[in-house]
Amino acid sequence: MKIMATIDLTLNIWRQKDNDSLGEFEIYQLNNISTDSSFLEMLDVLNEKLTREGKIPVAFDHDCREGICGMCGAVIDGVAHGPEKATTLCQLHMRNFSTGDTLVIEPFRSRAFPVKRDLMIDRSAFDRIIQSGGYVSTNTGGAIDGNSILIPSDKAELAMDAAACIGCGACVASCPNGAAMLFTGAKISQLCLLPQGAPERHSRALAMIDAMDKEGFGNCSNAKECEAVCPKSISIRNIARLNREYAKAAFLSETKK
Amino acid sequence: MDLNANIPSGPLAEKWDNHRFSSKLVNPANRRKFTVIIVGTGLAGASASATLAEQGYNVSTFCLQDSPRRAHSIAAQGGINAAKNYQNDGDSVFRLFYDTIKGGDFRSREANVYRLAQVSNNIIDQCVAQGVPFAREYGGTLANRSFGGAQVSRTFYARGQTGQQLLLGAYGALSRQIHSGKVKMYTRREMMDLVVVDGKARGIITRNMKNGELEKHHADAVILATGGYGNAYFLSTNAMSSNVTAAWRAYKHGAGFANPCFVQIHPTCIPVHGTYQSKLTLMSESLRNDGRVWVPVKAKDERKPADIPENERDYYLEKKYPSFGNLVPRDVASRNAKEQCDAGKGVGTTGLAVYLDFADAIKRDGGNTILKKYGNLFQMYEKITDTDPQKEPMMIYPAVHYTMGGLWVDYNLMTTIPGLFALGESNFSDHGANRLGASALMQGLADGYFIIGNTLANYFGSTELGTVCSDREEFGEAKHNVGDRIHKLLKNSYEGFKDHITVDDIHKKLGLLLWDNCGMARNKEDLSKALEELPKIRDEFWDRVYIPGKGNDLNQSLERAGRVADFLEFGEIMIRDALTREESCGCHLREESQTKEHEAKRDDQNYSHVAVWEYQGDDKEPLFHKEELTFENVTPSQRSYK
Repeated sequence: MKIMATIDLTLNIWRQKDNDSLGEFEIYQLNNISTDSSFLEMLDVLNEKLTREGKIPVAFDHDCREGICGMCGAVIDGVAHGPEKATTLCQLHMRNFSTGDTLVIEPFRSRAFPVKRDLMIDRSAFDRIIQSGGYVSTNTGGAIDGNSILIPSDKAELAMDAAACIGCGACVASCPNGAAMLFTGAKISQLCLLPQGAPERHSRALAMIDAMDKEGFGNCSNAKECEAVCPKSISIRNIARLNREYAKAAFLSETKK
Repeated sequence: MDLNANIPSGPLAEKWDNHRFSSKLVNPANRRKFTVIIVGTGLAGASASATLAEQGYNVSTFCLQDSPRRAHSIAAQGGINAAKNYQNDGDSVFRLFYDTIKGGDFRSREANVYRLAQVSNNIIDQCVAQGVPFAREYGGTLANRSFGGAQVSRTFYARGQTGQQLLLGAYGALSRQIHSGKVKMYTRREMMDLVVVDGKARGIITRNMKNGELEKHHADAVILATGGYGNAYFLSTNAMSSNVTAAWRAYKHGAGFANPCFVQIHPTCIPVHGTYQSKLTLMSESLRNDGRVWVPVKAKDERKPADIPENERDYYLEKKYPSFGNLVPRDVASRNAKEQCDAGKGVGTTGLAVYLDFADAIKRDGGNTILKKYGNLFQMYEKITDTDPQKEPMMIYPAVHYTMGGLWVDYNLMTTIPGLFALGESNFSDHGANRLGASALMQGLADGYFIIGNTLANYFGSTELGTVCSDREEFGEAKHNVGDRIHKLLKNSYEGFKDHITVDDIHKKLGLLLWDNCGMARNKEDLSKALEELPKIRDEFWDRVYIPGKGNDLNQSLERAGRVADFLEFGEIMIRDALTREESCGCHLREESQTKEHEAKRDDQNYSHVAVWEYQGDDKEPLFHKEELTFENVTPSQRSYK
């Protein structure tokens, strides 16, 4: 049986009151952290300690703590969601670190993601991109029998690969251009791979990319940093698909931009 | 308290049709004159918001996360049931109805459950139309798998992320309505109180979590889709923010709370490992399709699982329940795991775990096939525990997962407060004393997509609703009370941390009290003790809790404190309800009521009812009411999965 191990850490955490205030790093010493605890549980321990010291805890977003809601995220030593591949911050465990380590913890930074407080950011820009067309326009009721739309299982799997996006924003935070093209490409891909999404594929591509630009996100220059940090391993092939969809739409669409 | 369930007349299969025909309608041009508030954006809230907006109502939707895409429905793994009978294995609407009502141990209403089974097929069609990438067979048709409590394959799934895909489908539909201007979306808002005007629900008070501002919102009806109260136990599989606050506010305004003691303990969770732990992680019960549950035959056997030969392993579920084996319903699986651990046969460092072994399945089907089915679950398990379930059996233990109890609603999903509706997990209606796997997603979407649209129109069409604005005194008073309460919570925060305790200290205490005394197995003595203990914990909270920061500011500690304060009040009706129900049924064993073989013994003579609690005042005992359950189409039998 495994014996519980603990580590001691120095934390360099970004503290910022709101988007209009200047922020700075503060240093905290935190000892006896179980290596079985998650990164967020480590932050819980820090916040309990700060509370008992009469100080203000570190604000950070989190909810499901099982890697699916997409609410958590921070940059650890320069890497969004930390050192473990394909893992959200809540599923990153402290056994990935060693005693004596100094960790630098910052919010996801991007022009389109204003800092709300400390590690908490505003990602509503993602919602607005989806609102511009990231769906199939069908009202409730009157849908035909599910099995009357046949979808080859490999196509369904590819669509599912893209649909697995949790909207955390790590892709944006790690992109040198602050691009949201992996996020947008994943939704465009999911829907253009499926027959249900076909009728709107041109208007969707044009509208979503327009929305993406308006929010102040940058463009892709193939740095591939997004794919490297994506907790759901969304492939940049989805960006290629986005570009193809956009090009086709721009040339072929009757829709005026 | 009037507990008329308003069940339509006629044969079971025709009730919903009859009801829709006899319900009042609202003319499409008139719908824009009505405003509806919807609290929560899980499957029920998001689907209701989209559907009502499509129909033409003005919808204001609220969620406490930063985006409506994050509600905890997103974490549901295994799948969604429907009576499609695509597998030609004998399924039907009646069978899904029967399995659900039997799985719930005959503690739910026939009419509600039958309607759920009826609309289940529409849900699949609707979600396919939205582009939800369900798993497919090679020929392109929809794939199914089987789930606990059923002998047919009727569960539709999208890998181990079915809840995510269904929620993103509903979120897409909701986003489309936000774009069209029919839904006004309020994120990072927590509902702090309900506003009742002239006996009808007419609005809510919210706290803007970004700046602490209290806001008044008025409407013609209020729909709560605020999920379950599993976090009362501190450790559960719920998201960190899941809470009972909205439902509890409704209760305090006169909404009956039904069956609060009906809590589902899910059998396949990763065992507890430390005191710093913040939540428990569920492993989908679909794993029980291929995993075999076992413990060592000998108590306190400390050998590694691989060193325990086949004849010294006890596959206790397969042995005790030969026809269902590892696929017995959740309550049976949970109770048996606890029984094995109580007998000293539990494994792992704490002895509070049993094995779930995939070795035979891997030998039979090959590692790749098994990985294709459960790859992401295996990954998740390995990430948390640092062991690979392909090489070593998983260790699992039961954990609080779902709450069947909730606000009492009639057939129209309306609470005892006119104009206040409750959907999804926040109501009590469909799962009786135990929910079957893959049925929560079904119910959330049934309520939101296919039921509320009809029943809300009936309410609007048959009710005199005067104009109500948020400048009325009822709104001002409610807002004032919310402000007072926040002020009271913060009373210790001005003096700095001295002889204080934190919110988590208290929440853990409450959780332990409930887990030990109001968990899987209960008895009168322990429950009575817990009922005496609880007010002391509550007093300690109000006397000594220290909350850093201010009220009129972003303050996550204050948010947590408000929710725990409500759990501390709510816990009391949970315990009272458990005390009153002197029978074993569904998810819980009442120790005084069991057979000689230690199987749960239900008591239909005395407890074939819904227990409903009515608020009488903070210092008064709540009133107890009954809604008797009648069964005309099924005969309640003692469940047997042998």
